[in-house]
Amino acid sequence: METKPKKTFRCDIAFDECKGCSRCVEACPRSLLKLGDAINMMGFPAAVYAGEGCIGCGACYYSCPEPGAITIVEITED
Amino acid sequence: MNRTNRVLLKGNEAAVYGALLAGCECYFGYPITPASEIAHASARLFPAMGRVFIQAECEIASINMVMGASAAGKRVMTASSGLGISLKQEGVSYIATAELPCVIVDVMRGGPGLGNISPEQADYNQVVKGGGHGGYRCIVLSPGSVQEMCDLTMLAFDLADKYRTPVYVLTDGMIGQMMEKLELPEPRPRRMPPAWSLDRNVSADNWISSIYMDPVDLEETNRRLNRKYDEIREKEQLVEEFMMDDAEYAFVAYGIASRMARSAVDELRKQGVKIGLVRPKTLFPFPENALRKAVKNGVKQFFSVEMSNGQMIDDVRLAIECARPVALINRMGGNVPTVEEIVNRTMDVIKGGK
Amino acid sequence: MSEKIKLGRPAGFFDVFERRPGAIKKNMHYCPGCGHGVLHKLIAEAIADLGITHRVVLAAPVGCAVFAYYYFKCRSIQCAHGRAPAVATGLTRSNPDDVIISYQGDGDLASIGFNHILQAANRGENMTVFFVNNAIYGMTGGQMAPTTLPGQKTQTSPLGRDVLETGYPIRVCEMISQFDAPVYVERCALTSFKNIMAARRAVRKALQNSMDKKGFSLVEFLSGCPVNLKMNAHDMSEFIETKMTKFFPLGVYLDRAAEREPIVRAEMNYDADKIKSLLYPEEIQSELGDYKCSSPVFDKECRVKISGFGGQGVLSLGYILAILGKQRNFNVSWLPSYGPEMRGGTANCSVVFSKSHIGSPEAAENCDMLVCMNQPSVEKFLPILKAGGVLVYDSSTVKLPEGAAKDHYVYGLPASDLANHLGDLRAANTVMLGAIAAVMADNFLDDADKANLDTAMIEAVREMFAKKAKAADINIEAYKTGKEKIEFKSVPKA
Ligand SMILES: Cc1ncc(C[n+]2csc(CCOP(=O)(O)OP(=O)(O)O)c2C)c(N)n1
Ligand code: SF4
Ligand code: SF4
Ligand code: SF4
Ligand SMILES: [Mg+2]
Repeated sequence: METKPKKTFRCDIAFDECKGCSRCVEACPRSLLKLGDAINMMGFPAAVYAGEGCIGCGACYYSCPEPGAITIVEITED
Repeated sequence: MNRTNRVLLKGNEAAVYGALLAGCECYFGYPITPASEIAHASARLFPAMGRVFIQAECEIASINMVMGASAAGKRVMTASSGLGISLKQEGVSYIATAELPCVIVDVMRGGPGLGNISPEQADYNQVVKGGGHGGYRCIVLSPGSVQEMCDLTMLAFDLADKYRTPVYVLTDGMIGQMMEKLELPEPRPRRMPPAWSLDRNVSADNWISSIYMDPVDLEETNRRLNRKYDEIREKEQLVEEFMMDDAEYAFVAYGIASRMARSAVDELRKQGVKIGLVRPKTLFPFPENALRKAVKNGVKQFFSVEMSNGQMIDDVRLAIECARPVALINRMGGNVPTVEEIVNRTMDVIKGGK
Repeated sequence: MSEKIKLGRPAGFFDVFERRPGAIKKNMHYCPGCGHGVLHKLIAEAIADLGITHRVVLAAPVGCAVFAYYYFKCRSIQCAHGRAPAVATGLTRSNPDDVIISYQGDGDLASIGFNHILQAANRGENMTVFFVNNAIYGMTGGQMAPTTLPGQKTQTSPLGRDVLETGYPIRVCEMISQFDAPVYVERCALTSFKNIMAARRAVRKALQNSMDKKGFSLVEFLSGCPVNLKMNAHDMSEFIETKMTKFFPLGVYLDRAAEREPIVRAEMNYDADKIKSLLYPEEIQSELGDYKCSSPVFDKECRVKISGFGGQGVLSLGYILAILGKQRNFNVSWLPSYGPEMRGGTANCSVVFSKSHIGSPEAAENCDMLVCMNQPSVEKFLPILKAGGVLVYDSSTVKLPEGAAKDHYVYGLPASDLANHLGDLRAANTVMLGAIAAVMADNFLDDADKANLDTAMIEAVREMFAKKAKAADINIEAYKTGKEKIEFKSVPKA
């Protein structure tokens, strides 16, 4: 019997499209986000993703007021 | 069965007939005497053609419904009087700036304040000069008869489209309420939704707005609008001249007042006074050409005959650049000047050599 | 290994915000953490997922969302402060297949434009209202809103909102859900993920209602304005969830979409023949054809004043004369008294005939004929009857004062009594019409016109009662009676 392909997720932050409001930081159930040190084009400290552990729940995405600051990527291992 | 285009209608009804013949698709209004028959006739006739009629909650709402319908690509009309027009002014400014066409009928009543419901012409300033905030103008047509209530309402729709601007039909309680016979013109073919409109068949993402945050952009918008107003001044002046060929004196009067003034011309001519009448059919643009021509042709004294506190007289003076004296013959408060009154006051001025 | 985007920039937004001036073209103009942005994303996602970007027209408010039309991939219009529901009404009535969104803030919707939203809701306009309640005027820099909480400090309530001075927060959902017309009203909060997901469902439900033409849907969103409330993201959400929801409980206030039939609006008809059959009346068969009256008296204005009680048919009597004028190719005007004057129970009208120009339609001076059907009319209008003019009065209701009308030709007849006799008091006016005809024949008409008078009058009466043949017959009878029974009373003394 075939096993289901394993799925993992990643939270991409578009550095220059984040306004550093930290709504995503508040929202992430796994505390994978924080505001970074670098200041972006708009003058805000963009959020950064911890690098792993994302469950793709979308809490950060829907909490974020910016159109394209957050992208949740689904990764399928085959 | 044979049908006739010769009918007997109230001025207010004639405006509605004209609107429908011009292909008007939506009417939004709020009751007010002496304009209500426009709403009554619209309520009866628009739905019979599947057109939209809504009694709005107020004049502010009705002009904004007009804005919505115009944006949606429809020919649209509203009507009111005096105080109701004051309430519409905010919306008219938005519509003029967003360059949307629409027709507004103002059946003037006595003011200021609640005033009364008798005919007056004291909305002149608030209608002819713009009226709302900002440097915009509206085309203003002034019918002198029930026939013209129909004809000029039709013309109003065409001018509104041609220049993408609100057009007023500025009339008064007496012309609105009176009946005359008129000949109904042929109905116009449907005017399709324009390319700029929010009709889904012409665009997926058109937008309409009157906000320009950058002062440079807003100045350019103002300049563009004013170039349009200059073009209107140049091309659209309409006037009727009566006995002006040899006139030494001239009445300037529009709407109901022009009818008394014309009778006064007949009367004064009988007494040997060489007087004529210049009747503006457009108040914006004001018929400057005809007035300047009158100066050139030898008119030495003008009379602004109006049912307001000297509102039009300013435009007469400006048009002739104060080259001749202009006397005011006016009644206010809902009084209509009688022919006798006009004749007497004219003779006073002439004899006084003023 | 393969990657796909699970959640990314919603397709209901433009990819690049070209309409937004300045260098930033990927972001919206809202402050960091603003609730408007959160809601915009839900809307942009929904209109793309529902496949309706081509059907949506967005009405943008005045408030921080004034530039909403920069962002959405649909048609849009920017409205005056508070007027979006009226503009949206114009849009939906014009193009009923469109999905109209009225997007509004709390100042816009619940203060300056409150009447408009209530009335649009009560009319059941097919539109979706997205109402952003951030308890503040955001755009103008943090003044008190109708939804500002008691004690909340704002620029215009620096000591905190005092409910005794400024009232209590207005609960919009509670109010709108009292109306019979709206189909769906819900309040959500743009705070926790759970609440945002509820808001997401509400956005879609409201839009679905509009797509299905179910009528008026309103969703209120308790929303953060972290800048004006001077709060960080955490405190902002906490404020909304603990303080705002106390006054503004979340939940569905109304949902009757399932039981409502879709709204059906009429198709606009553009058929020229249909318009003509609506506006052009049927032609009355005329024995006289194009006969033009020849009496020289009509070369100039002939002014008639008719006056009496409201119910006596004074206005219709004038109207019949006006029809006569129209049929016989006169210039003719008819002017009623209107407005409160009518309410006192008296009515009058002026009819002016002329073969040339008609000046004033008001018979205010120099009247040629005065028709009085009650006593007050005699006193009121005798002064405007010119010397040598004709007075006709209803002697069943009018007693002519001693010595009155000595400069005039005077005729009388008991019009009301005669009409009563004929079985219909309402025909008193056409009895009077007969009298007027007789007077005209006596005083004004040349022989040719006299010969045609009855036919002309009867044709006018027939047009007046075009759809009521029986009434026409009674009134023609009355006309004949009046013409026969008229009594000549006196001539001018001078
Ligand atoms: C007729 C008029 N009066 C006042 C204003 C100024 N004004 C602009 S936005 C606004 C308040 C907006 O508050 P709200 O509707 O709550 O929207 P928010 O910015 O909070 O989203 C006011 C009073 C205006 N534009 N027009
Ligand atoms: S999708 Fe969920 S788990 Fe992943 S970063 Fe966002 S909030 Fe955290
Ligand atoms: S919610 Fe969006 S804008 Fe705010 S910090 Fe996170 S990514 Fe940046
Ligand atoms: S002022 Fe408030 S409502 Fe306006 S954009 Fe900023 S945070 Fe949003
Ligand atoms: Mg607000």
